[in-house]
Amino acid sequence: MAKRSVIPYGPQHPVLPEPVHLDLVVEDEKVVEAIPSIGFIHRGLESLVDKRDFNQMTYVAERTCGICSFQHGMGYCEAVEHIFGVEIPNRAKFLRTIWAELGRMHSHLLWLGLLADGFGFENLFYQCWRIREKILDLQEMTSGGRLIFSVNKIGGVLKDIPADQLNIILTTLEEVEKEIKTVQKTFLEDYTVQSRLCGVGILTKEQAHDLGCAGPFGRASGINTDMRKLGYAAYPHIDFEPIIHQDGDSYARCSCRIQELFQSIDILRQAISKIPEETDLFTPVKGNPNGEYFMRVEQPRGEAIYYVKANGKPYVERLRIRTPTFANLPGLCEMLKNTDLADVGLLILTIDPCISCTER
Amino acid sequence: MANIKRSPWLLHYDGSSCNGCDIEVLACLTPVYDAERFGIMNTGDPMQADILLITGGINAQNQPTVRQLYEQMPRPKVVVAVGVCACTGGVFKDCYNILGGADTTIPVDIYVPGCAARPQAIIDGIIQAVDLFQKRLDEHHEKKKQKKSGNEVKANG
Amino acid sequence: MAEVIHPEEILVEIDPSNLLPKIMEMKKNGYRLSQICAAYIAEQFELSYSFADDTTYQYITLRIVIDPDTEIPSITELIPQAVFYENEMKELFGVKIQMISMDYENRLYRIKQTAPLGPQSKNEDAKTEKNNKK
Repeated sequence: MAKRSVIPYGPQHPVLPEPVHLDLVVEDEKVVEAIPSIGFIHRGLESLVDKRDFNQMTYVAERTCGICSFQHGMGYCEAVEHIFGVEIPNRAKFLRTIWAELGRMHSHLLWLGLLADGFGFENLFYQCWRIREKILDLQEMTSGGRLIFSVNKIGGVLKDIPADQLNIILTTLEEVEKEIKTVQKTFLEDYTVQSRLCGVGILTKEQAHDLGCAGPFGRASGINTDMRKLGYAAYPHIDFEPIIHQDGDSYARCSCRIQELFQSIDILRQAISKIPEETDLFTPVKGNPNGEYFMRVEQPRGEAIYYVKANGKPYVERLRIRTPTFANLPGLCEMLKNTDLADVGLLILTIDPCISCTER
Repeated sequence: MANIKRSPWLLHYDGSSCNGCDIEVLACLTPVYDAERFGIMNTGDPMQADILLITGGINAQNQPTVRQLYEQMPRPKVVVAVGVCACTGGVFKDCYNILGGADTTIPVDIYVPGCAARPQAIIDGIIQAVDLFQKRLDEHHEKKKQKKSGNEVKANG
Repeated sequence: MAEVIHPEEILVEIDPSNLLPKIMEMKKNGYRLSQICAAYIAEQFELSYSFADDTTYQYITLRIVIDPDTEIPSITELIPQAVFYENEMKELFGVKIQMISMDYENRLYRIKQTAPLGPQSKNEDAKTEKNNKK
C-alpha cells in the first residue's frame, strides 16, 4: 500500500482568489480524502440584525458577497415583501430581473476567466475579463455602481433605467454575444482545454442529489432544478428552460455555464422587450414586518435561501442566509476523492466557490 | 512616478472582504485598467513581494495569517488597505468576529476608500505605494552605505 | 409566458423525539435536504430542517422547538451532508447535538467568542443595552 500523507492546501494559494483551507489526504498522487476548514472570512453578518433595522439590513445583505451582490439584496427584499404581503410594481419586477441577469452574466464570465487561469491559459483569462468589463460598464451606467448597486429597497427599486439606456444594453449585448461565441469555441473545442476538463471530477446524479448540490454544479450532473421557475421578480413573464447536462464532469459544468450566458442574454432581451411603462418604482410599506418566510432565489452559483423571521418590531429576529457554496461544499469533498493532486485547484474552481458568501 | 528605478512586486491577500474589492483588485491587473504598466507585477509569494494589498477587515482567524504574510515580506515594504472594510471595518464593524481594519494588526501606509473601491482609486493607491516604496528603498540603501563606509552613525530611535 | 411552479411552502412542527423517523421518511420520499437553521427565540431554540423536491419545487420545513439544555440527535447518520449545518448550529448557537459524524468541536469558523448568537450572549446584549439606556 502506498504511503499516506496529508497536504495542507491554502489559505493563501495562487489558484485561489479567496482563502479556503483544505487538508488533502493523499496516497502517492491520488487524493483519498479532503477535509475543508473554513472561517477565514467569517464576519458574523447575521448578528447585525440586532443593530440595524429591517430597511438598513438590505444594504448589509447586499454586502454578503460582492459578486452576486444585487441578488442577495433582492432575495432579502423579496422575503420581507412576502411577509408584508405587498405586490411590487411591475416595472420594478422587470428592472430587478434585468439587474439580476446582468449580475449573472458578469459572474459567469468572471468564473470562466478564473477557470482559464486555473488551467494556465492566461490569454483566455484576460479575454473573458475584457468581455466582463462591458457588462460592468452597463451596470455602472444603469445603477451607478460597478459591483454593489444598492438599488434595492423593501417594496421595489430606487432607480429607473430610461429607454435610451435600455437600447444601449441591447446594442452592447449584441457585441458581447459575438465575443462570447469566440471564447466559447476555445473553451468547448480546444484540444488542450478538453484534455484538462473532460472526465475530470465526475459527480453522478445520485451523488449530487444525496449531497444536496445546487445551481450549475448540480445541473451539470443532471439535477433539473432552477429556482427562477418559482416565479419571483419578472420570471413568470419570460420563457426559459433550465440547462441540464448529464455528464457531471468539469467539461459539463463549463458548458452549462457558457449556455447560461446565452440564456441570460435571451432573458435580458425578453425582459427589455416586455418591460411595462410605469412611473411608480416602489410600493410604500407601512409598519414593521411580522411573520416568517423562506425565500429561494437562483443566484449565479445556485439556490440561495433567505429566512427572515420578524415579530412586529423594526429589528427582525432572525435572518439566515444559506448560500449556494455552503450547499456545494459536501459535493466538492466527494468529487475530490480519487482525483489527481494536480487537478485539485481546478476542481475547487469548478464549483464556482464564493467563500465570503459561505461564511458570511 | 518620476524616479522609479525598480519594479515592485505586489501581493494580494483577501482578509474578510465580501469579494467586491478583490475582484476589483484583479480587474485592475487585467488589460482594461492594466496596473502592470507601472512596472508592478502580481505575485503569490510573500517572500518576493514588496507591496501588500489587503482587502477586508481582520477577524480572529485570519489575524495570524496576515501577520505572518507581513513578516515574510522582505524589507522595505509598503502596505495598502483597499476598501472601507480594510480601512476601518466598514459596514461589518459591529459584527462579533471583526476586530477592525487592517491597521489593528499591521502598520498600514496607504488607505484606499470605497465600497467597493473603484479600479481608478486602487490604481491611485498603488502609484502612491510605488512612490513610497522607492523612497524607502533609497533610505534603505543610504543607511547601508553609511554602515559600509565605517561611519558610526547611530540610528535615531 | 413561462410556466410557474410554486407550491405553497409547508411548515410542520414536530416533536423532538420524532425527528429521526421523520427525516428518514423525507429521505425515502426523495427529498433533498435544503438547509438547517437555528434561531434563538423567546428563550428557546427553533430548529428548522428544510427539504426541497427538485421536480415539484415543493418545500417542506420540519421544525422542532427545544430548551437550550435539551440534547438532540445528529442527523448526519441519515444525511451525511448535514455535517456543516450541524457544526454551524453548534458553534454559533450552542445547540447541543450528539454524535455528529465529523465534529469540528466548535472549530468550524474558529471564532473567539463562544456561541455568539446563542442564549448567553443575547442576554448579555440585552443587559448592556439596558445599562446604556440608564
